[in-house]
Amino acid sequence: MCLAIPGRIVELVSDPVPLALVEVTGVRRRVDLGLLHDDMPKVGDWVLIHVGFAMSRISEEQAAEQMRMIAMLGEDEAAMEEVRGYGLEGREP
Amino acid sequence: MKFVDEFRDSELITRARDEIRRLADPARHYRLMEVCGGHTHAIYRFGLKDVLPSNLELIHGPGCPVCVLPMGRIDDGLELAGRPDVIFAAFGDMMRVPGAHGSPLEHKARGVDVRIVYSPTDALKLARSNPGRHVMFFAIGFETTAPSTALTLMRARAEGIGNFSVFCNHVTIIPAIRAILDSPDMRLDGFIGPGHVSTVIGCRPYEWIARTEGKPIVVSGFEPLDLLQSIVMLLRQLRDGRAEVENQYQRVVPWEGNRAALAAMAEVFELRPYFEWRGLGFISQSALRLREEYARWDAERVFSVAGVRVTDPKAAQCGEVLKGVLKPAQCKLFGKECTPEHPVGALMVSSEGSCAAYYNYEHRKTAGQLRILTPA
Repeated sequence: MCLAIPGRIVELVSDPVPLALVEVTGVRRRVDLGLLHDDMPKVGDWVLIHVGFAMSRISEEQAAEQMRMIAMLGEDEAAMEEVRGYGLEGREP
Repeated sequence: MKFVDEFRDSELITRARDEIRRLADPARHYRLMEVCGGHTHAIYRFGLKDVLPSNLELIHGPGCPVCVLPMGRIDDGLELAGRPDVIFAAFGDMMRVPGAHGSPLEHKARGVDVRIVYSPTDALKLARSNPGRHVMFFAIGFETTAPSTALTLMRARAEGIGNFSVFCNHVTIIPAIRAILDSPDMRLDGFIGPGHVSTVIGCRPYEWIARTEGKPIVVSGFEPLDLLQSIVMLLRQLRDGRAEVENQYQRVVPWEGNRAALAAMAEVFELRPYFEWRGLGFISQSALRLREEYARWDAERVFSVAGVRVTDPKAAQCGEVLKGVLKPAQCKLFGKECTPEHPVGALMVSSEGSCAAYYNYEHRKTAGQLRILTPA
């Protein structure tokens, strides 16, 4: 929950709320862009994701740093489980 | 001295470490608090304690949302979960947190409809796809997650979704820091400020810590180099007799925070007059509740909530550890009755809880089960 997961925007979607298809190490999920409406990202931009919401725009280098950091903390599996879980509401624990 | 290759920029790390040793006055004892549980985890994971001089002590702060939630709130939430029409939805982090009558996961095993969601919007989707049931999202977290809950509630209101509510346990970091500074048994020289909370609130809300309390605070990133650089910045301020807010994590944290996130929080939430924190007791204006306009989606108003108060298991000393008065291993249950596999207290559940962090790295290191990245 407290993980900040870096992802790259591959597609912008209007649903009618602003969403984006985001890729995190090969896994693609929709994340909410509603908290970035002052500074809307474009396709190809990197964002930090918290609980399914893009919270800040970051550089590609920062994204790589953050992913490495998550791995070093041993949280990479938890992060990918979180990303895979986005949109799959109510999955069995 | 040699650092394991995993540390990129190991030369910079060695330099920061040497600078810390140069700046730390051997005649002083420094007590610096890292507010954020993510920092606590990183500090143990990277064995930073072993790199720091012995007169520099890191005190673990209250920034682990699962840890500071009093047990009574979990029980209140789980009691509502027991209603046949209710689906209880929460983040995975909550699932193993013990309540007085078991964790959410144990309630699930007893047939209660408990679901893991990874985003509050997924709890809202669950409500859309289960129109005959009521989905209650058990919301926890500091300002990192509160804006997402707020935006989800704005969507629920815009769509007029009636079978959804939030059991709101969102807390705010500033009053917790104030309570710690007001606590008579806590002497601190400065703060390592939280990284991701600050992407939302920015750096301005910390200014009183410097101005009124005369303590330096440096908002920090999570890498070993970030943390060491933040400690260097704190020691420089202390050497010069300065007390300022500095931002070591500028690459992610804007000084003004995230305005859209703050606006969403202001639209949906207001401050509670007071809220109970595990270990810290009741702190005034330290938590969020839903505004009147959102009463229809406020689980505490939709249902009647008992408001139970449960004391932690007597032998567990979570409160003292949370306040930084005791180190994790000084608790009587640590590593015996209370382990990450069988947690008695919440600090042993979350990877950001200081007990779990201490157990997973320090305790296993001492027991010879883990290689830690310290200078050879």
